[in-house]
Amino acid sequence: MKLNTNSNIYTIFYTTLLVVIVAGVLAFASTALKPKQQENIALEKMQSLLRTARLGEHASAQENKSEHIKALYSMHMTNDFVLNHEGKVIEGEAFEIDLKAQYNIIKQIAAAKTPEAAQALREQLQLPVFVCTIGEKVLNIFPCYGAGLWGPVWGYIAVEDDFETIYGAVFDHKGETPGLGAEIAHPSFYNRFVGKKLSKEGVFKSISIVKGGGQADNPNGVDAISGGTITSQSLEQAIAMWLNEYQPYFNIKRAAIGSDTCCGDEFCGEAHNNDQNGKEPCNGEGCGRKNENRNPEGHEHQTK
Amino acid sequence: MDKSIFKNPFFKANPITVLVLGICSALAVTVQLKGACVMALSVTVVTGFSSMLVSSIRNSIPNRVRIIVQLVIVAMFVILVDELLKAYAYDVSKQLSVYIGLIITNCIIMGRIEAFALGKKPFPSLVDGLANGMGYGMVLVIIAFIRELFGSGTLFGLQIIPQGWYMANGGFYENNGLVILPPMALIIVGGIIWVQRAIQKELQEE
Repeated sequence: MKLNTNSNIYTIFYTTLLVVIVAGVLAFASTALKPKQQENIALEKMQSLLRTARLGEHASAQENKSEHIKALYSMHMTNDFVLNHEGKVIEGEAFEIDLKAQYNIIKQIAAAKTPEAAQALREQLQLPVFVCTIGEKVLNIFPCYGAGLWGPVWGYIAVEDDFETIYGAVFDHKGETPGLGAEIAHPSFYNRFVGKKLSKEGVFKSISIVKGGGQADNPNGVDAISGGTITSQSLEQAIAMWLNEYQPYFNIKRAAIGSDTCCGDEFCGEAHNNDQNGKEPCNGEGCGRKNENRNPEGHEHQTK
Repeated sequence: MDKSIFKNPFFKANPITVLVLGICSALAVTVQLKGACVMALSVTVVTGFSSMLVSSIRNSIPNRVRIIVQLVIVAMFVILVDELLKAYAYDVSKQLSVYIGLIITNCIIMGRIEAFALGKKPFPSLVDGLANGMGYGMVLVIIAFIRELFGSGTLFGLQIIPQGWYMANGGFYENNGLVILPPMALIIVGGIIWVQRAIQKELQEE
């Protein structure tokens, strides 16, 4: 018997069966590959964080890239914690914080109609900070996240312990134009941030990304990307927006440097909850949690 | 099996330069060689296997819904390729971003299925699909080679033009910004078509 492949029943049956089979294959593939994909994403985040401290730049050339990055990460990223809007440490896992959700809150704060509404939103903020230790140097790494031209742009900025000088920065994007806006993810762009200052005459000033803004005598600006104007502007906004939310923490830390009670010499680097008890190192919350991992021999791995 | 099934897509019936299909992605992913190579490979895999699968079920497909059935099959392979790249070639998959997903809109695939796979046996369809993907990839790699070399001074990310030549370092050379932009890719495609027609006289119209 020959089937009539043009009958309605046959068509409905055929398409249903086909879609079910295809859905099954795809669901299987997605489930099977998910752990590997998530590992890649976590690894990329680790690599970004390390790169802000100019570590692991040659990770891709390593034989075992993921092991190399994990080793560097546990060696240098000595601490991480989550801040609230007042710059105080709260409960939370910094690595797991969803930057996009925080970005949405920050955006709503800017759009809030009353100061009370803005304050209520601000209290929901969870701001991650990562602390990187290279030898005697303690770097605080702050994230940023914003909307680019075609999709999100984000990045991390490592600030030296004077809470003013940028040690390094890394940016990335979801789908900016290749060759133009996408250049923000290239070292030739983000290395322009090295050594720039986050303040002008003692007052916080974010980095401006403008055409011709990168002269050596301008500590607050870097050159924008030609052909990538909207991406450059979005990134500038994202950095300003996020660092602005971190200002309470910056102020606490700067005040601590002024009163000379910071345990920075012991490269403790965690937040103190504003309650420094003299010179004792690591008296703050969350400190020491990761410090035992620190390997003093690791310092030779510093990149030049 | 006729050898021309494999040979034609490279020159006589090249998807980009003769059939003028898949131009869109040829402009989008050819800024760098690495991206172009992965794209070429992905398209080859998708055209090859979707042609083969459609061909092997060609007698059972209800004629009225055949386009949508082909689309579902092509989409399945595209998503599989996308997921695999995300798991095993994460860097490249990020670089190509949406263009992997957009393989499904590449006219070459549907074109080959409609024109070839629906009427032929699975094995010739597989060969035809793979060859068309490779013919497409070949042009992609040529364009990407020119664009990366003159636009960024690199090949596969390695610096080819000596650093000392650049004006920033006191030399005389500057990367050509236009080459990075899509319009230049179209001009290069035009150039390739010109060269090909100059060589293959039978392609010239009266």
